[in-house]
Amino acid sequence: MQWELNTDKPVYLQLVEQIQAEIISGSYKPGDKLPSVRDLAAQATVNPNTMQRAMTELEREGLVYTNRTAGRFITSDEDLIKQLKKQYITSVIQEFLDRMKQLGLELDEIIHYLNIVSDNNSVIRR
Amino acid sequence: MSVILDCRSLTKKFGSTTALSDVNLSLERGRIIGLLGPNGSGKTTFIKIINGLLVPDDGEIRIAGMEPGVESKKIISFLPEKTYLPDWMKVSEAISFFKDFYEDFEEKRAYDMLHRLNLDPTKRLKTLSKGTKEKVQLILVMSRRADLYCLDEPIGGVDPAARDYILNTIITNYDENATVILSTHLIADIENILDEVIFIKEGRLVLHEPVDEIREKKGKSIDSLFREVFKC
Repeated sequence: MQWELNTDKPVYLQLVEQIQAEIISGSYKPGDKLPSVRDLAAQATVNPNTMQRAMTELEREGLVYTNRTAGRFITSDEDLIKQLKKQYITSVIQEFLDRMKQLGLELDEIIHYLNIVSDNNSVIRR
Repeated sequence: MSVILDCRSLTKKFGSTTALSDVNLSLERGRIIGLLGPNGSGKTTFIKIINGLLVPDDGEIRIAGMEPGVESKKIISFLPEKTYLPDWMKVSEAISFFKDFYEDFEEKRAYDMLHRLNLDPTKRLKTLSKGTKEKVQLILVMSRRADLYCLDEPIGGVDPAARDYILNTIITNYDENATVILSTHLIADIENILDEVIFIKEGRLVLHEPVDEIREKKGKSIDSLFREVFKC
């Protein structure tokens, strides 16, 4: 897993978001076991306390759970994951729309550009 | 949470210059703490007082309840700014030296780390480059099971790739009961591994806060906050 951290947001929140993204994309499957906090921290080059804080947050959201003896796992509750996916997508799109609106674009223009870019992408892929 | 280091109105003067002035500070176990400040702000003076190399003029300092001395040195692992190992030693001899000196030194950890960094233990220290010597020294210091690690400028002389490895070494080698104090100018490189930062300016403590709280409240990195607080 590739970790990308920027510097102006709390580190634990960025870790939470990146693990959420892994769950949504299916890189982490429902019921998967997570590496230990120490290993995850080493991978991301962050402090183990910070990684622990991210895990606590994910546990609070119900996305991961701890089995006292066996370790920490991704939730098997697929509805919860669907709900997360919806939230996540909504917030990413909202952020994008806000930026486009800052540039003075109307919704139909944004859609127009979206179509152009996605057409280009599919041409390149072919 | 138990306290590993506690100081009350700590003051140190060199002639007419005040290097540290009325520093009150309490550090808990299990943290990685950045000691940040511009050149000449008192970072090294503070670290030397912790290690009993300087005696404060006023105030007091306790490490796990002890005054700096023989007993406190058993639980503090110190990486000074300058290397002190004799040049004629081989890396392996430096390891034996540390093993003789410190009860909590774990030889195997040292050799594992040397191996990871592709360092040859049979080389003499004088044949190593400055950066390589720094790596060896850090390996020695991090191979102790200490309660407090004091690292004065640990990554200054090493290349970025080795820097990552060294930060990982720090993260993976301290345990929940140990605290790491790290002084450096290279804030951007280390801020993701810090729990807390201490800013000192002209010998005074100007800030001591958890890193994530600073980012949350101020919406900026420690690096930019540093540039702001210490603007020339």
